[in-house]
Amino acid sequence: MRTTFAAALVGAALFATPSAAPAAEAGAELMTRDWSFEGIFGSYDDAAAQRGLQVYDQVCAGCHGMKYVAFRTLTDLGYSEEEVEQIASNYTVTDGPNDMGEMFERPAEPNDTWPSPYRNDAEAASIFGKAPPDMSVIAKARVGGADYLYSLMLGYDDEKGMDLSPGNYWNKFYPGNIIAMPPQLYPDLVQYADGTEATPEQMAADVSHFLMWAAEPKLEQRKRLGIGFMLFCTAMALIFYAMNRRLWADIKK
Amino acid sequence: MSADTPTPKFTGVLGWIDYRLPVISWGYKELVAYPTPKNLNYFWNFGSLAGIFLVLQIVTGIVLVMHYTPHADMAFSSIEHIMRNVNYGWLIRYAHANGASFFFIVVYIHIFRGLYYGSYKEPRELLWILGVIILILMMATAFTGYVLPWGQMSFWAATVIVNLFSAIPLVGDSLVTWLLGGFSVGNPTLQRFFSLHYLMPFAIFAVVFLHILALHEHGSNNPVGIDLTKKDKIPFHPYYTVKDVFGLFVALLFFGAFVFFAPNVLGHADNYIPADPLVTPAHIVPEWYFLPFYAILRSITFDIGIFGFTLIDAKLGGVIAMFGAVLVLFFLPWLDTSKVRSATYRPIYFWAFWILLADVVILTYTGAMPAEGIWPTVALIGTIYYFFHFLVLLPLLGRFEKPKPVPESINKPVLPRAAPAGPQAQPAE
Ligand code: HEC
Ligand code: HEM
Repeated sequence: MRTTFAAALVGAALFATPSAAPAAEAGAELMTRDWSFEGIFGSYDDAAAQRGLQVYDQVCAGCHGMKYVAFRTLTDLGYSEEEVEQIASNYTVTDGPNDMGEMFERPAEPNDTWPSPYRNDAEAASIFGKAPPDMSVIAKARVGGADYLYSLMLGYDDEKGMDLSPGNYWNKFYPGNIIAMPPQLYPDLVQYADGTEATPEQMAADVSHFLMWAAEPKLEQRKRLGIGFMLFCTAMALIFYAMNRRLWADIKK
Repeated sequence: MSADTPTPKFTGVLGWIDYRLPVISWGYKELVAYPTPKNLNYFWNFGSLAGIFLVLQIVTGIVLVMHYTPHADMAFSSIEHIMRNVNYGWLIRYAHANGASFFFIVVYIHIFRGLYYGSYKEPRELLWILGVIILILMMATAFTGYVLPWGQMSFWAATVIVNLFSAIPLVGDSLVTWLLGGFSVGNPTLQRFFSLHYLMPFAIFAVVFLHILALHEHGSNNPVGIDLTKKDKIPFHPYYTVKDVFGLFVALLFFGAFVFFAPNVLGHADNYIPADPLVTPAHIVPEWYFLPFYAILRSITFDIGIFGFTLIDAKLGGVIAMFGAVLVLFFLPWLDTSKVRSATYRPIYFWAFWILLADVVILTYTGAMPAEGIWPTVALIGTIYYFFHFLVLLPLLGRFEKPKPVPESINKPVLPRAAPAGPQAQPAE
């Protein structure tokens, strides 16, 4: 039929429509991994995320803050409340004013969010030339998500970075290739609690996993509810389809 | 079966109310007994679907406002608060954000349905015009809403779009300052956009009311496009209520696929970066439902003038073209001079319709591409064709196109295909 043909034409054009996401910067193609949180039934791998937390805690937190992620939410990753208190207490937060009207510093508690090591972005920028961005939603704020983070951590090339001015590094995946963050991951930089060998690839994967969790902590709840919702709508659609057929039978004869 | 369902006499509490305030019999007349053509296809589901998505947007929006803070320093944080700390806040927010996209998909299908079946023609001109008013209000609502999370795209989209008004001669710059509440996008902009974003959906609701009032005056059009007699109509309930609910659950399946499994693919990653007036994103791209208009805006890259005098510079030209692309729809009932409604009986318009649809799809694609290489040319050709369709093709088609025989009633629409134009054929004027 002509309609079918014409519709196919438009359909073909639609199919070619790019996703609404802005075309990734003309950069290198990202390294991809099979993440456990992908797919309809995807969920976080607590062991990977816990290792990622270790990398974050020992390496990244030295420069980056995560001001929307509260320590208490770490229980989602399988930590006990005592462990969460322990992790939080390694950080210092500013509180106050107290009864003297003064601000004071104290160890972080589970209800606090991850502090930034710098007083503000300007201070951070004065050190690195550019402020290290907050990590709370970084996994959603970059095209490619966890794949981008993983690639970025492994994308450094010291040779190409030789001629750059001090404080600049060459990274294959960073838009424009010149980044102010020094390369971070060297073999055995951390000692994993679960005994996993700390290769750069392993650490990059783990910290990206952790950052995805930090950005989208409700992913598991979302997918679980989604499956129920889809089943419910399918059932209702079938019921109403049957009702509709029967109802219209005498009209359509 | 015909639609002659008399309104019953209500008794008891309903009767007591109805005697004093006839909302019960009114609701019965408009939603239960409403005589509806019995030959409507599934494209007629999209009107009620649009109404349901409007309600969904209003309900989720009101809940979001309970937790959102409209201030430049707190808007982004309050969204993260909703996503992390509010019970099912993530669901409310993702439903609202993706709901906007689905509202547009549904309304675009609804509009193209109207274009195909000539639903804008006499006596439904005002119904159509009310629809175009709804479309414009929807665009303004979506645009102001997108600014509220105060991410990078929020900020820069507001900057780009509001600055378009500076193209207007003489008053342009003052107008921009007035709209923004300052010399650039800032907290005053956010606060007024928030106020308008809360207001406009209720204005839409009111116009939808009039839209349905106009619809029910002469009844729905139908795929054959002829006026129907009573015996070809059936009561809205239960036939179309059940059919609409079936359609709703199918639509919710598509909607759920996005909300629960890909909640961010229709958005931009950049909007998870807090607004920063000092950093311009590499590509400023509007939401997908604005892309065809964005392509039209960018298609005018040259000044228009005579003897070396610029009458309309490129920027103003683009703005005129973009607004013109929507405004031309107001005149459609008079630009289309054919008396035959349904494209089924219009051999040339049939193709014009599909080419227009393809043109809009191509413009959508072009709007997402950077303005370089072949894309500006594609955009220009697409824009020219768009206006050619409405301003040249439609007026001429009504005169020169020879419609196929239109059946007298939907009960005997099957005239042999090859039959010569019968007496029922409506000759071109
Ligand atoms: C020595 C300080 C320092 C440490 C430690 C550090 N970063 Fe960074 N990071 C920076 C700076 C500075 C930037 C800004 C770079 C730029 O935009 O040029 C940055 C930027 C980033 C970005 C954003 C890149 C983009 O696309 O804009 C990511 C992601 C990131 N860091 C991840 C990490 C992770 C993961 C770790 C831990 C393994 C880490 N960083 C450790 C200083 C640091
Ligand atoms: C909030 C958005 C809208 C809502 C809730 C809405 C609602 C409806 C409903 C419930 C119907 C009857 C069912 C149907 O025929 O599909 C209808 C019919 C119609 N609408 Fe809309 N509408 C909306 C936007 C628009 C827009 C933007 C246009 C055009 C620019 C439009 C044009 C029409 C026309 C022409 C009809 C009559 C169709 C026919 O009888 O064939 N509507 N609308």
